[in-house]
Amino acid sequence: MEIKETSLINLHKSHGAKLVEFAGYNMPIQYSDGILNEHKFTRSYCGVFDVSHMGQLFIYGDDDLTKDLEKIFPIDLQNLKKDQSKYSFLMNDNGGIYDDLIITKINNGYQIILNAACKNNDLKIIKEKLNDKYQLELKENLSLIALQGPGAKEVLKKVIPNIDDLKFMHGGEFKFNNFNVYITRSGYTGEDGFEISIQNEIAENFTKVLLDKGSKLIGLGARDTLRLEAGLCLYGNDINTETTPIEANLKWAISKKRIDDKYPGSEIIKKQIESGVKKLRVGIKPDTKVIARANTKIFNEEKKEIGLVTSGSFGPSVDHPISMGYVDSNYSSINTKIFLEIRGKKVSANICKLPFYKKNYVKEI
Amino acid sequence: MSEVKYSKEHEWIKLEGEVATIGITKHATEMLGDIVFAELPEKGSSVEKDGTAGVVESTKAASDVYTPVSGEVVDTNQVIVDDPAKINEDPEGGAWFFKLKMKDTSEMDTLMSKEEYDKFAKESGS
Repeated sequence: MEIKETSLINLHKSHGAKLVEFAGYNMPIQYSDGILNEHKFTRSYCGVFDVSHMGQLFIYGDDDLTKDLEKIFPIDLQNLKKDQSKYSFLMNDNGGIYDDLIITKINNGYQIILNAACKNNDLKIIKEKLNDKYQLELKENLSLIALQGPGAKEVLKKVIPNIDDLKFMHGGEFKFNNFNVYITRSGYTGEDGFEISIQNEIAENFTKVLLDKGSKLIGLGARDTLRLEAGLCLYGNDINTETTPIEANLKWAISKKRIDDKYPGSEIIKKQIESGVKKLRVGIKPDTKVIARANTKIFNEEKKEIGLVTSGSFGPSVDHPISMGYVDSNYSSINTKIFLEIRGKKVSANICKLPFYKKNYVKEI
Repeated sequence: MSEVKYSKEHEWIKLEGEVATIGITKHATEMLGDIVFAELPEKGSSVEKDGTAGVVESTKAASDVYTPVSGEVVDTNQVIVDDPAKINEDPEGGAWFFKLKMKDTSEMDTLMSKEEYDKFAKESGS
């Protein structure tokens, strides 16, 4: 299969990007500054991320569409206001996660942001569940640019003056050089920020302007350490078809109003909410500087295997190695001592609170 | 006189008398990215040519460090354990990994010269 490129490929190359294949796209893992500097720059000021590989699905329809989508997603869409966003899941009948996504109510329908590796399968599943009743479009003519960090608002305001009023998890239509752009206040780094959906032909120009205003390009490597510090799941690692939102400790994303309703996996989700789960996603901090990466086995003090690490790296802002993983829920309380098997040795660690990194809100200037 | 040689696993080795100082090359650090963890062999232990003698981890992945020659570990560099970023800053100087008392200094002959290594590194890609 041919490797795809986003509309920012030339910009990536001119900024010294190391390109790697990710979900069928040639994507920048880092630029010449390196992952640590890119991570820290995002936390201290403002990073620009090309996330155009992600799917931008648009579904158009009337009031029936809201009802039909509620049969698919476990959120309260009836009360979702226009331009409001919610985090949700596409699930199988066992409550396993096909994908995690952001759904936003727009004019005449919904916009859904999907993971790159899942988007084609998601489209197939959603289309099937909607019985071809509605118009679905996975738009390839749109890029997606994320602007993240305490300086994100300041930078974007210089380009699009009236973005001040956007509240967290809300979006709106704006203009850039007479082109319509759709901006939501959201992101996946644990920082304040925006995601800008913009036509491919002006995406590079728009990004260059953001860079001129003091932001820097940040690769997928730093995106991964940023989201890990923020305790956010990476689809394919921390959540997949074998994990439910309840096991993933994402119960907050299931609307309380919808618990008794029917949607894929609803019976299992309800049961897990009421009687608990056998395994639970937790944060893990090793006692030493050793890094426990995905697939590291987790043991209790009696050397019995109790779980598996699903993500792990060095947390540049935490200044310590951090991991996430699933453990037997009897061992999921904060400060439980566990052991990680790394290169044949058992290394002591503790279950710790998520997120690892809590945002320090900067004063408004 | 000291002699510096290079291995295909991207280690450099500098021999002074019968004591060899070993580290990883600048090219290796560029491939690895930001190094955030280093594990060294124990002082007094013996290591065998081409065997594992440590680990470095970048933000991206873990990589073994091999020893290009055999010998007894007589010293290790605690500085890089405490501050692994030093490895990116000065890989072929202050950020050496360990020192070996070599069993057989003729093992040096099996390794590459600076010119040979530079050519090898260039051909083996970025």
